[in-house]
Amino acid sequence: MIISIASGKGGTGKTTIAVNLALSLENVQFLDCDVEEPNAHLFLKPVISERMSAYIPIPEVAEETCDCCGRCQEVCAFNSIAVLPGEIREHGSVLIFSHLCHGCGACSLLCPLDAIREVNKEIGIVEKGFSNGIQFVHGKLNIGEAMSPPLIRQVKKHVDPTKTVIIDAPPGTTCPVIESVKGSDYCILVTEPTPFGLNDLVLAVEMLKTIGVPFGIILNRYDIGDDCVDVYARENRIPVLMKIPFDREIASLYSKGLPIIGYKSEYDSEFKKLLIKLNLNP
Amino acid sequence: MKQIVIISGKGGTGKTVLTASFASLAHNKVMVDCDVDAADLHLLLHPSVKERFEFRSGQTARIDKALCVECGKCIDMCRFDAIGKDFIIDPIACEGCGLCSRICVYEAIVMEENISGEWFISDTRFGPFVHARLGIAEDNSGKLVSRIRQAAKEIAVQENKSYILIDGPPGIGCPVIASITDTDLAVIVTEPTLSGIHDMLRIIDTTGHFQIPVKVVINKYDLNLENTRKINDICESRNIEIVGRIPFSAEVPRSLVQAVPFVEYAKDEVTAEIISIWNTMESILQGKNLTTKGVQ
Repeated sequence: MIISIASGKGGTGKTTIAVNLALSLENVQFLDCDVEEPNAHLFLKPVISERMSAYIPIPEVAEETCDCCGRCQEVCAFNSIAVLPGEIREHGSVLIFSHLCHGCGACSLLCPLDAIREVNKEIGIVEKGFSNGIQFVHGKLNIGEAMSPPLIRQVKKHVDPTKTVIIDAPPGTTCPVIESVKGSDYCILVTEPTPFGLNDLVLAVEMLKTIGVPFGIILNRYDIGDDCVDVYARENRIPVLMKIPFDREIASLYSKGLPIIGYKSEYDSEFKKLLIKLNLNP
Repeated sequence: MKQIVIISGKGGTGKTVLTASFASLAHNKVMVDCDVDAADLHLLLHPSVKERFEFRSGQTARIDKALCVECGKCIDMCRFDAIGKDFIIDPIACEGCGLCSRICVYEAIVMEENISGEWFISDTRFGPFVHARLGIAEDNSGKLVSRIRQAAKEIAVQENKSYILIDGPPGIGCPVIASITDTDLAVIVTEPTLSGIHDMLRIIDTTGHFQIPVKVVINKYDLNLENTRKINDICESRNIEIVGRIPFSAEVPRSLVQAVPFVEYAKDEVTAEIISIWNTMESILQGKNLTTKGVQ
């Protein structure tokens, strides 16, 4: 079973829920798919045993074969190739803007002279390890790299179907989130009871309906705002799986990179109840 | 005219609360909400939409069943696993590269233009505001960010504005890069948590990569003074000025419920600190020439 934790709005407590859920389970795998800003390792402190580069294929032009016909520029849907025709008798050149390349392969497959081959460009790394019996995988996007979905796909290749898989998704509602959440059996949306929390929750709900992943809500810091999320959940018949009050002690644990489980024993039973609601065995 | 972007790396550190307060404090400015994934600034600025535009971006493939012989070549060639065994294209997985359409010898695949969202030019009592709504499960948020920033710049030039205030998205990827490109100053809002520090370091490196000058604001600085000291040390060692330390306040979520910029909601130490931050930034932006090294 794959359970992803997402939110729309950032900073609502995704990582807190994901980490403590994982700590409440046996035979569990944790994937941190927030490859732009991964944080779960700060709480789980895994011992990393494997480190792999993640690549996307980008084109490389063999200048001696290329006649600057311009076909590659024409077929590239992402404006990542520009062909500069040369002056008479002088060879032109092909410019590759690799940060725009999606790695679709159209340029190399459709080059009439077979002058383009694909080479790997590193976009980030995937690290694998263990923490207290939890198998841990995360990705780290290289600084300055724009596209996170290919790296998220690399992280998700490590999904172990024999385990309960917890996926910590990035904030937002677009491509990186969809890449992280799709294929999950269930998604927990963590939000807070403010107009910001509600606005972004509604967007996340629409997104999950579009990709067909069932979901429920965890309302974090439920006592800081108003009842807008409760009302929305009731009207739309979305289950509220758990409510956590604002608690300076939890905030303090979080600030130090410590989980709730193991430090606030009254939450052991709260997370056990959550597991039952999710049909999971502790 | 100066462009100021508010970013954080980590989500939920207070970017929008700060941007809305700056919108209330600054004179003669345009606001842009570049967090097009999960836009919230409109909830505090209450825009009345003046102009509405379709955002067209990219294409999606569609298979014409009448022409398709199910040879399977497109399935083999698609790098994004967007074509199912039933020869139906998953529009969410399709990146619109068009390779399938070009290699299909039966010409059974057409590429159709996406309308992936809309964007708006609005009036607010704070000044013009450019914002957007990306369609559900659509991508290309970076392009949409670039589009609305361009619109804001046109307004700023036409109306001779002093500032463009940009509310940025979390993270360090595509929409963030589009939000910080060519800005005069990036304000990084962080919090004294290990996650906040970790993410601040990655966004500092990202702004450095694109040579954007940065300043740091520590929000809820008193929630963990030891971590606040760590942030001070990091910023000192990297020669980055901390322009403000905002105390934790339970009033902040209440100001969101009231849907007003915090500086208009309460006259307390939080408001005093935000006013001081804006004054500092204004003198930085007006007084000194910001170099790309960004350490003033």
